[in-house]
Amino acid sequence: MKCQHCEKPATFHITELTEPSGPSVLHLCEEHARTFLSNEGTATPASALSSMLAKQLKIKNAAEELATADKKTCPICGITFADFRKGGRLGCAYDYIAFEDDLQPLLVNIHGSLQHVGKEPSNQTGSPERQHRIMQLKLEMKEAIEKEDYETASRLRDKISEVESGNESSWDNDALEDLGDDFQSDPPIV
Amino acid sequence: MKLEELANQSSEWMRGQGPESDIVMSSRIRLARNLSEFPFIRKCTPKDRVAIATSVHRALDSLPLSADTEYVDVAKLGDLDRQFLMERQLISHELSESQGARAVILDPHERFSIMVNEEDHLRLQVMQSGLDLEAAWQRMDQLDNQLESKLTYSFNKRLGYLTACPTNVGTGLRVSVMLHLPALVATKQIDKVFRALNKINVAVRGLFGEGSQFMGDFYQISNQTTLGKNELALVAKVREVVPRLIDYERKAREFLVNESRQDLHDNVSRALGILCTAKKISSEETMHYLSKVRMGVNLGLISDVKIPTVNKLFIHTQPAHLQKLCGHKLSVTDRNIERANYLQLHLAKRPENEIN
Ligand SMILES: [Zn+2]
Ligand SMILES: [Zn+2]
Repeated sequence: MKCQHCEKPATFHITELTEPSGPSVLHLCEEHARTFLSNEGTATPASALSSMLAKQLKIKNAAEELATADKKTCPICGITFADFRKGGRLGCAYDYIAFEDDLQPLLVNIHGSLQHVGKEPSNQTGSPERQHRIMQLKLEMKEAIEKEDYETASRLRDKISEVESGNESSWDNDALEDLGDDFQSDPPIV
Repeated sequence: MKLEELANQSSEWMRGQGPESDIVMSSRIRLARNLSEFPFIRKCTPKDRVAIATSVHRALDSLPLSADTEYVDVAKLGDLDRQFLMERQLISHELSESQGARAVILDPHERFSIMVNEEDHLRLQVMQSGLDLEAAWQRMDQLDNQLESKLTYSFNKRLGYLTACPTNVGTGLRVSVMLHLPALVATKQIDKVFRALNKINVAVRGLFGEGSQFMGDFYQISNQTTLGKNELALVAKVREVVPRLIDYERKAREFLVNESRQDLHDNVSRALGILCTAKKISSEETMHYLSKVRMGVNLGLISDVKIPTVNKLFIHTQPAHLQKLCGHKLSVTDRNIERANYLQLHLAKRPENEIN
């Protein structure tokens, strides 16, 4: 028997027990078996993830809606939802916000939950909302400078350093509460 | 620290000590973390990757733990060295084979390693011999706290630690236990046991594959979800399953002994015989027989071989290890000969040949 990925003989026969469709057997050469097995053992492979996603979107939406979702682009890193679907990897932390509606059913499917419970870093200045906020302020500042509105620009510059240092007073909490509204109902159990 | 020095020592997870270590090889915990000021890996420029590695290196240098650790630039390592670290489970295949700046921070006792620029910016892993997940988590928590005091992690209140793949978001935690289950394989009970386990949402997989039994009968069980439960709850979820598996394996061993102690004794003794006398042997065949010998030793059927020796041989007979231990590159054929020599040297019935 030949390896499923190349012409070498398959010397490893691996039963994959974690597939949702039930156990499946893989026939691999030593090299491909090592690649497969050292891939941490438990992470859902990107291909499985994207097929899960594809299935889900098909159930939920018509092709038209899928096409709309695919065109969504992250304002920070520039990947589209289609890019994510292909590779199974996100481009930046803000994608969780930018693709929120489309990621929600996937997260529920994988984890049965939409709310983190557990450890939190003591330094919480690393939220993607904050990154996005800084980016917006920088754009606004640039525009102000272009318009030679230096008063506004300097106000914005102060604001930016406030946000960057994590000392901004009210914005972060308000924004989080707004975003939190969507998550008040219990996620369905999968 | 030279990698050659690692080759001669026993990894934490190979020690063969700790609770239930006749069946549980090791407990392992990993955390995925990302730095907030950089995009995730797929959108990192070569410059970003260098900047990430530099910030992590700098953070490490300002921590007490830097005194005892080694920062290894993986991009500068040759093929053999990278494969060697993979065989010891200190780095992943992804880290070994990707391009661009990447690194691993190694504890000389191999009780933890930190991969930089893997699927996520940081992958922390803690290893513990035997079944001791709680201790592993305590050590992981402290390690994470130390790094977190110097780095800004990507985190939000709703989704927790944000990761490149949505399967890891939340705690970023993967708890896993590696088990040696030769009797469940021999009695053909293994699939049934794992089908039952899958229903309680724990992932199971043959560590070296199980279809042909040529892979040492090692299995790894781990949590499938990372969001919605705290770290201790996820640890407990995996922990709960282990005693059941141990119990099944012990019953299967008992069954094999009761059915015919003589057959079993013959079977494990022949396995040892082949390992002691073969003139050339592949890595798969080696694992197949070492697995039988390991069970034979644990059942008291083989008395002149020690478990840590067997555990070590599983790793030392892997391709990169053999080449590291003999000091030069070897072709597949030469490896098979060298492997046979190595096995003979360490399994022949002379106690002074035990590796410590
Ligand atoms: Zn192949
Ligand atoms: Zn993005």
